Amino acid sequence: MNDVELKRDKVQLGFWLYIMTDCMLFASLFATYMILRGATNGGPGGDELFSLTFVLVETVILLTSSYLCGIANLALRHGKRKEFFATFGLTIALGIAFLAMELTEFSHLISEGHGPATSAFLSAFFTLVGLHGAHIAVGILWALVLAWALYRQGSNEDLQRKFGLFSIYWHFLDVVWIFIFTIVFALGVA
Amino acid sequence: MSALLGRLDWSYLPSDPVTIGAAIGMPLALLFIVAAVTYYKKWKYLWKEWIITTDAKKIGVMYGIVAIVMLLRGGADALMLRAATALGGPGGTQLFDTDTFQQVFTAHGTIMIFFVGMGLMFALFNIAVPLMIGARDVAFPFLNSMSFWLFFAGMILVNAALIFGGFSNGGWLGYPPLTELQYNPGPGVDYWIWSLQIAGIGSLLSGVNFFATIIKCRAKGMNLMKMPIFVWSVLVTTVLIMISFPMLTASLGMLSLDRLAGMHFFTSDGGGNPMMYINLIWAWGHPEVYILVMPAFGIFSEVVATFAKKRLFGYKTMVIALIAIMFLSFVVWQHHFFTMGAGANVNAFFGIMTMVIAIPTGVKLFNWIFTMYKGRIDFKAPMVWFMCFALTFTIGGVTGVLMSIPAIDFQVHNSMFLVAHFHNVIIGGVLFGYIAGLTYWFPKIFGFRLHDGLGRWSSYFWVVGFMLAFLPLYALGLMGAVRRLDHYDDPAWIPFFVVSAVGVIVIGIGVALFVLQIVYSVWKRKTLKDTTGDPWDGRTLEWSVPSPAPHYNFAIDPVVSRIDEWWYQKQDGLQAPRAEDYKDIAVTKNTPLGFMIGMAAFVLGGALIWHIWWLAIISFIAIVLFAIARTMDDFTEHTIAAKDVMRMDMEARS
Repeated sequence: MNDVELKRDKVQLGFWLYIMTDCMLFASLFATYMILRGATNGGPGGDELFSLTFVLVETVILLTSSYLCGIANLALRHGKRKEFFATFGLTIALGIAFLAMELTEFSHLISEGHGPATSAFLSAFFTLVGLHGAHIAVGILWALVLAWALYRQGSNEDLQRKFGLFSIYWHFLDVVWIFIFTIVFALGVA
Repeated sequence: MSALLGRLDWSYLPSDPVTIGAAIGMPLALLFIVAAVTYYKKWKYLWKEWIITTDAKKIGVMYGIVAIVMLLRGGADALMLRAATALGGPGGTQLFDTDTFQQVFTAHGTIMIFFVGMGLMFALFNIAVPLMIGARDVAFPFLNSMSFWLFFAGMILVNAALIFGGFSNGGWLGYPPLTELQYNPGPGVDYWIWSLQIAGIGSLLSGVNFFATIIKCRAKGMNLMKMPIFVWSVLVTTVLIMISFPMLTASLGMLSLDRLAGMHFFTSDGGGNPMMYINLIWAWGHPEVYILVMPAFGIFSEVVATFAKKRLFGYKTMVIALIAIMFLSFVVWQHHFFTMGAGANVNAFFGIMTMVIAIPTGVKLFNWIFTMYKGRIDFKAPMVWFMCFALTFTIGGVTGVLMSIPAIDFQVHNSMFLVAHFHNVIIGGVLFGYIAGLTYWFPKIFGFRLHDGLGRWSSYFWVVGFMLAFLPLYALGLMGAVRRLDHYDDPAWIPFFVVSAVGVIVIGIGVALFVLQIVYSVWKRKTLKDTTGDPWDGRTLEWSVPSPAPHYNFAIDPVVSRIDEWWYQKQDGLQAPRAEDYKDIAVTKNTPLGFMIGMAAFVLGGALIWHIWWLAIISFIAIVLFAIARTMDDFTEHTIAAKDVMRMDMEARS
């Protein structure tokens, strides 16, 4: 194994380890949400507040974004510059759309008087979903920095490696969202 | 509230004489250091050789210095606490008010665990792990530097509380609802939250770093079952760090959201559930004590084998025991609050799991004893520390098993008995282990040994002082004295508290001797010089390089074929290196970005404590920009040519 390969190997492992620690962070918040989801403090619960169709649209957008990210990864590796920027641009755009929908939902809830400070249930809801949203925001920033670097330098081995890491991160957020969709929204409405 | 300074104003300056003294003393000490550095024109040296360094050994030394300074701070807190309880009996005097007392015990616990225990631990990880596995550095040297500066930022925040605004009065784990806004509106709890949050993220990143280092950077031929036991202990410790520290981040995060955004996670109103916090924080907190103690087990495994001149007894059982403790440490957290009312079955489960931990721990102790059996034991200071450990830690272990029985725990819960127990394992296990480790590896880093006699005397005072200070607390606990108490009405308790205070003074002499040992050894460094690189006739790879270890660690990549490779190489007869063995070495460049991120995190923490929102936003953006700058930097390494490596190696060996 030469130095470059060893370095890639180390970073790859390190990044997976980071993902695992992030899993633990989300696990703590999921556990807290499960404990507190009945503690509505006399206010409305999930069945009255959540609209499953709205969340389903969000889910489809995020999953499509993740799918396109995978396509972009392939395009990058095969040196297809135009396809890469098209799919990666869409990945970012859909990420922004998802975030915008989530923020709309949040501001809607707050304006209706169901902000995070009203009950333990809503504190847990806003924090869990908001943490995922914050991760999406970081991902968008990261994607923009990567896109800029790729635009300026063109594709090279180092940037492909970095893109691979971003792609892991973006898929990971998808997996977390599936859990949020099931545990928070589907179970909340049921 | 002003937009510019948040809630910071003059009224937060200290008003009682004890804290005023500290609040004047600390800036004076700082000013003295700044003046000294300026006078000796050392700023450039400090910046280039230390602050921006990515060399694990230097980062380890900085961790060590911070931890020892914090040991003095935390020790001073302990003296104040025991002075207060010695005088706090019926007819006695109250040394300082109850709120100050609460701040002092909170600061004592927080500092000792996070900035002394974790600090010494990361010091030894950085110093020993790369050298022991035959690596040039850790897997991610920049991340390592950043972790240290985050740790440092947390340390400044803890100490800044002394001057501005006071510290938390909520105990070292900050149980809500006491630590919620409703009961604690001041900045104290926020200091506690943000110093731990920032230092904790540094620890988490270090956990990732050392796990990746051990998995990916071992010398050729060193498979997992040929690693030194200390490296094994670090490996399982880093697993614990990676799994448990995110829970700390989450619980502190939720508590701070309660305090900053008026949320209701753990409040007593709005549907909040304080016991959820207590479950979460102990799901981190119990693994945390194993995070602290397992590296100490690893150190003793090296120390005992080296000074008994024998191969470690039961290598495989040591590894199995470490892994068993790693798993078990995650299924015992509820024993910290048997009194919660989870029911008999739940309590029985956690009680039995707790008892089970005694088995792998006992295996380790017997392994060390069997290693010593028929060995030619050389009672150097690290070995004497081991003897002190074996005695005190066993007592602590036995009282721990006693408390794992829920029925007994109900009697001694939150009593002085508990305080005595955990000091028994933390001082007797963790601290003795780390001091043994510092003494053991000191020559490898600095090129001279620590004075042996002073080290041994320090350990005698420590262990005698320890017995005096904590055995009376067991009795007090059984007599009904609760913890965190600054005054009491029962005259029968007075003698016990007085003996305990005397014990703290004896420990203080032990600490003074330890500091004296370092100072005296620096003074006598010529006579204590380690000329061979192998002062203890060691067994593992770190002793194969010259002392002090060069910054690239190994001039020639080592190859390993067995446990205790270096010992057997010496038995087989060493061969002089040949010129063609030297290769070019790539070394990570130094960078100020780790330091800058740490300082920005410090400013962010301060801004959040004082509600200075504009500053919080700016420092947060600064952190993001520094991180992006690092990812954009493609030239992070430089190469040392093979002939230069050879020249430097020849010089170091001659």
